[in-house]
Amino acid sequence: MILYLLCFILLLIGLYGVITKRDLIKIILSLAIMEYAANLFLVLFAYRKGGTYPILEEGREIAMMVDPLPQALVLTSIVIELGITAMLVALAVRLYQKYNTFDITKIRRLAG
Amino acid sequence: MVEIWLIFLLLIMIIASVVAIEVNSKLSAIITLGIVGLGTSLAFLFMQAPDLAIVQFLFEIFAIVILVRAFINPTKHQDEKSGINKFLAVCTAIVLLLIVWQSLDMLKSLPEFGNPKMDTAQYYLDHGAAETGSANLVTSIILDYRAYDTLGEVTVLFTAILGALAILRVKSKKKVEVSE
Amino acid sequence: MKEKHGMTLIVRTITRISVWLIFLYGFYIIFHGHLTPGGGFAGGVILALALLNYMLAYGREKTENWININLLHDMESASAILFLIVGILGIAISGSFLANWLSGGKLFALFSSGTIPILNIIIGIKVCAGLFFVVWTLSIFHIEEEAEE
Repeated sequence: MILYLLCFILLLIGLYGVITKRDLIKIILSLAIMEYAANLFLVLFAYRKGGTYPILEEGREIAMMVDPLPQALVLTSIVIELGITAMLVALAVRLYQKYNTFDITKIRRLAG
Repeated sequence: MVEIWLIFLLLIMIIASVVAIEVNSKLSAIITLGIVGLGTSLAFLFMQAPDLAIVQFLFEIFAIVILVRAFINPTKHQDEKSGINKFLAVCTAIVLLLIVWQSLDMLKSLPEFGNPKMDTAQYYLDHGAAETGSANLVTSIILDYRAYDTLGEVTVLFTAILGALAILRVKSKKKVEVSE
Repeated sequence: MKEKHGMTLIVRTITRISVWLIFLYGFYIIFHGHLTPGGGFAGGVILALALLNYMLAYGREKTENWININLLHDMESASAILFLIVGILGIAISGSFLANWLSGGKLFALFSSGTIPILNIIIGIKVCAGLFFVVWTLSIFHIEEEAEE
């Protein structure tokens, strides 16, 4: 329970950064924090008390292995996360090149 | 024991994330994000997920290299401050605190830490090695039982990288036209 | 001017040796993905980091001579198609998309578990080529910006 709560707070800190910050770099960093928190939340569900890693070796028992399914889901999600970060970085760099600032309030055309 | 370590790690990560969001210097913010990422990697290791720990560790390094390479220009001093809307910040903080308060019941209703529901996973654990022949059960899931997911992931990665290239390439084409 | 074309002699000499060790480690992680922790994603990033290490140490021009960037781009596109081809072969041989159409083999052997190692290698190539290509393009931008000033 306390672990879920802390993880949820981590997610909300990221959300706070995305909502209030005007610096594009800070927004990208906040988004990354949210992604970490979401991944951690999924893996927290998978842990089994006293469990061991889900990889077979000769002489190991299956009985006390942790849940491999959320681990598999998170594995793909981490990769996607990096692709998205790279794309956001590219976008931010292009915007800096055109407007010479990272402040989103000064980038007029984005305001719509 | 694991629980205490995880609480300790999560507290460090929360402090680091607050610092990463609030600090003024860009380089410090990016490096502090590294603490959050490496803390996630350690937490995966504590929760018996070595696959994820390796991947998270490497991707964190890669993300920091990309961020520093793109945003930090060593030859030029760039330290523009961008303020925040104080009213909006206070309102957001209050709303988020309300969300935390309201979500306590929801978090209590989740399965307790350490006792997961293993309906599907038990099948994978029991039959995974025999059906796929892979000793690493996580690999057997991502590349055999749920290979569709991986196909989708490959597509998303391809699209994201294509998008990044498309965004970055506009100028170099224009330049060629001008020089011609 | 000198910094733009890479780092000092010490860094270059160490990189020349260590890059191959990193490559070896990356290939090990990819090929043993079905036996030990790791797999295509982790190994691909290690390979990309090796290329990135070379690029940071030697600068862009030498890297362009060392590896064929266009080939890397083609590899990235081709690996996506290869993944699909493996899946469609599953329809042809076993009756369902992405089915494991090779025999499972012995449990702890290196050449076992059917299509899983093949898919691991494909993903490794894809992740390596894709990530390095993004960094490469970002660095092109950096140099253009400096040239403008």
